[in-house]
Amino acid sequence: MAGADGDDSLYPIAVLIDELRNEDVQLRLNSIKKLSTIALALGVERTRTELLPFLTDTIYDEDEVLLALAEQLGNFTMLVGGPEYVHCLLPPLESLATVEETVVRDKAVESLRKISHEHSPVDLEVHFEPLVKRLASGDWFTSRTSACGLFSVCYPRVSSTVKAEIRQHFRNLCSDDTPMVRRAAASKLGEFAKVLELEYVKSDIISLFTALASDEQDSVRLLAVEACVSIATLLPQEDLETLVMPTLRQAAEDKSWRVRYMVADKFSELQKAVGPEITKNDLVPAFQNLLKDCEAEVRAAAANKVKEFCENLPEDSRETIIMTHILPCVKELVSDTNQHVKSALASVIMGLSTILGKDNTIEHLLPLFLAQLKDECPEVRLNIISNLDCVNEVIGIRQLSQSLLPAIVELAEDAKWRVRLAIIEYMPLLAGQLGVEFFDEKLNSLCMAWLVDHVYAIREAATCNLTKLVEKFGAEWAQNTIVPKVLGMANDPNYLHRMTTLFCINALSEACGQEITTKHMLPVVLKMSNDQVANVRFNVAKSLQKIGPVLDSNCLQTEVKPVLEKLAADQDIDVKYFAQEAISVLALA
Amino acid sequence: PLPPSSPSSPTTGFSVPSAEKVDGFPRRSMRRARQRRSHSSSQFRYQSSQVELTPLPLLKDAPVAELHDLFCKKLQQCCVLFDFLDCVADLKGKEIKRAALNELVESVATSRGVLIEPLYPEAIKMISVNIFRTLPPSENPDFDPEEDEPTLEASWPHLQLVYEFFLRFLESPDFQPSMAKRYVDQKFVLQLLELFDSEDPREREYLKTILHRVYGKLLGLRAYIRKQINNIFLRFIYETEHFNGVAELLEILGSIINGFALPLKSEHKQFLVRVLIPLHTAKSLSIFHAQLAYCVVQFMEKDATVTEYIIRGLLKYWPKTCTQKEVMFLGEIEEILDVIEPSQFIRVQEPLFKQIAACISSPHFQVAERALYFWNNEYILSLIEENCQVILPLVFGTLYRVSKEHWNQTIVSLIYNVLKTFMEMNSKLFDDLTASYKVEKQKELKRERERAELWRSLEEQQERRLQSLGEASRNQKNLQEREKNSKNEPENSAANAT
Repeated sequence: MAGADGDDSLYPIAVLIDELRNEDVQLRLNSIKKLSTIALALGVERTRTELLPFLTDTIYDEDEVLLALAEQLGNFTMLVGGPEYVHCLLPPLESLATVEETVVRDKAVESLRKISHEHSPVDLEVHFEPLVKRLASGDWFTSRTSACGLFSVCYPRVSSTVKAEIRQHFRNLCSDDTPMVRRAAASKLGEFAKVLELEYVKSDIISLFTALASDEQDSVRLLAVEACVSIATLLPQEDLETLVMPTLRQAAEDKSWRVRYMVADKFSELQKAVGPEITKNDLVPAFQNLLKDCEAEVRAAAANKVKEFCENLPEDSRETIIMTHILPCVKELVSDTNQHVKSALASVIMGLSTILGKDNTIEHLLPLFLAQLKDECPEVRLNIISNLDCVNEVIGIRQLSQSLLPAIVELAEDAKWRVRLAIIEYMPLLAGQLGVEFFDEKLNSLCMAWLVDHVYAIREAATCNLTKLVEKFGAEWAQNTIVPKVLGMANDPNYLHRMTTLFCINALSEACGQEITTKHMLPVVLKMSNDQVANVRFNVAKSLQKIGPVLDSNCLQTEVKPVLEKLAADQDIDVKYFAQEAISVLALA
Repeated sequence: PLPPSSPSSPTTGFSVPSAEKVDGFPRRSMRRARQRRSHSSSQFRYQSSQVELTPLPLLKDAPVAELHDLFCKKLQQCCVLFDFLDCVADLKGKEIKRAALNELVESVATSRGVLIEPLYPEAIKMISVNIFRTLPPSENPDFDPEEDEPTLEASWPHLQLVYEFFLRFLESPDFQPSMAKRYVDQKFVLQLLELFDSEDPREREYLKTILHRVYGKLLGLRAYIRKQINNIFLRFIYETEHFNGVAELLEILGSIINGFALPLKSEHKQFLVRVLIPLHTAKSLSIFHAQLAYCVVQFMEKDATVTEYIIRGLLKYWPKTCTQKEVMFLGEIEEILDVIEPSQFIRVQEPLFKQIAACISSPHFQVAERALYFWNNEYILSLIEENCQVILPLVFGTLYRVSKEHWNQTIVSLIYNVLKTFMEMNSKLFDDLTASYKVEKQKELKRERERAELWRSLEEQQERRLQSLGEASRNQKNLQEREKNSKNEPENSAANAT
């Protein structure tokens, strides 16, 4: 240990500080990121007395460096000597919490919140709380916004006098002159309410909430909606009607679409927070209005919540409410003018079938699914198809299959290759639900057509799709339906298609097993080693390497080896390379 | 998708629909094909059923005694809003309102004595009802003003006339600020400023002129307007990066700064340092850079002592990866250097020329070229010459190295010219630097090795420390456990005994 202590003298603080001051930002940043190494080299005492004062004094740097510093200091407790000394970290973090750049400030606040828990109750009152007060009454808006995030961590652990002061500071910030500060306060309102005693929630928080929810700036009002969820959760049911609902009703009808959007976006949380009775009386009509809102953004946000909202309705009246109030709005949304609204709906609408049961689904939902399956926008159709499993459980997919087919075919032939790619990804799922018969009859030809698509990504996805299908339907099915077609392409005049044969063999050999591979696939591959196109030939080498493990050793020696040796002597350098690689991997040398 | 372009909504955003997840390309075309919504839809939400308008007699035919009354009625008539989403709805009503607005505009612009006190609240009410509205979500969430067509305001046929009326009203020789200030108050101005976010450039153009007039005539609102513009800019810089009217607001500020009294108040200096300089960080800088640079230079011309703040601020926010912005910064630096006082130049030359040297060695030839053009500027050249002893050593290494390495021939020849200029300025210093170049390089390499060595040993030491700490804590734990066990044992045996 003595030796290690002696090492300290090797690193006078000046040398280390020079590193933190390096002219090159990148080097400075690197040094700051290794601040713990420096602190460790200095030991706890000199870190407290020399390093921290230096850091506090020289906070004028690139934001990137400051960000790294703010983060480091959150993990510095042990390096300054443990919780007893943790308050030494406050001065530099206080300066960082007043910086303009939001990410730096947020990180400083995060670190302050972290180390607040390491303060003893006494230190919290002596060191931490005064810092919060200083920030809360700072001149420039940045320190006041930072203060907003610190109230809730110190409130539970201080005396009642100090608590009263903290509440007062928070009140002031909620009515701050600067909208940035009011936004910060509004966004922390819910969090602060959670640590307050119930009486103060009722007296203080509610009035602040009401005021923020009617702020002149919509950016403040919409944050109050978020707080509404936490506040409603804290209050006893009987107080909700008088203390929260007037404000919530007003928010749902706000003249700014941003606020209404927020209400729609938080609807499920709000619903849970206010409970079944208020949901029935108030939220149902509010939700209907949001589904019919004049702004597409709001409608889409509400449409996204349809399933969750219906699921969480009280059981006794769920079906009636859905059938009489929600479903009519949903029907209108199916033919909305905005595609984002329709696709938001399409991503959840299938979920309603589990809630409504078989008969209602067939009578009321099925026509909507079918309409959406024919929607002009591919995204809508894809969303329906990707959620088929929900309906399958309730009514079986057969009901849909007649309409499904044209929709799938259309997507399969969509002009945009990324749409085609998306539908390919659902093929294994569809195949599983529709069964082998339907698949062979209707979909198999599509899967084969994708193999000769002019976009490589589609051909590749189609190959991968075949593997998944074989895993589902088995080797025998593969031998009868897929393998002949794949092998037929080996004679295609287009070399790209010939290569697809090889790619398919690569993908299928394992799933199909030794017999099919040896009997049917291998001869084709071997024959292709005479192809005129070098790309095909070196892919033969790659394929042989790939399917080698599936073959038996006799076959490898007698059939594969001669061909690879021939390819290894090819005039094309790439063919040679891959042939040699295959020989060495398969240990045929 | 279309997340609300809301400045403020922290949780913007829909989840990305699956088709867009897989297909990034067709978004634009899909968006274009989308049905165009009226840009004014939000306005109609709460309007009660439409009133039928009936044409009123013409203002020019009215007897003088009834003129004010008729003017008032026309103002009230123009408070009715029409739905321009539906372009065939209520054509008659729309026409009546258009004609009435036209008449009001003409009357305020040409006849004297029309604007009497009782008309102020009516006029301001008509203006407020028409122009103040929640701006709709942007059609295009990643609207790029340089690339995309803006969404135009559907109700412009009426809105334009309302703005025109407002402008004429403010510019009328009869306009009385003392009367207007009761109605054009802080709340009014705040709403007016929010409208600068409109995507329609025609609307912003009107707003710019109008706000400028309001600022000029209603002195009591000046401080408030400046403060609110500050807030808009700060929200733009630190919260949303989205506000369509930054260029227009800066243009107004340019002339406001021009009128600042000397010495500059600290409020104004704070605005420069905490708002104007950080505005340079915005991603969309190119849209308002010209106006911003103008404001910055105005400040310098007012008070040369702010020069250092400005240059150091720009250096702090110097773009690290965006070369397009880097070229803009260099352009602004040249504008600043054009008017810099030599005494101020000396204060900033060192960090400034380090940055310029870094630009010269940029692999992007436009950046290097823009920096090298400084040597074509006679005033800058004279400043360099006066301070050659300081500047040449700062840039020599870079010039020397880049002249041998740069891929672009234009840059290489520009550098030769610069080197030649320096040689002529101070051949002695130039020769010394050439001679010591290699030695300096060696020194640099040595420093680098020393740094690497320092960190290596620091890390080794850390390793050792952590190990010994780990051992110590293990020992301590063992000790504690032993103690605990020894304490527990008697208790256990006691428990067993009972």
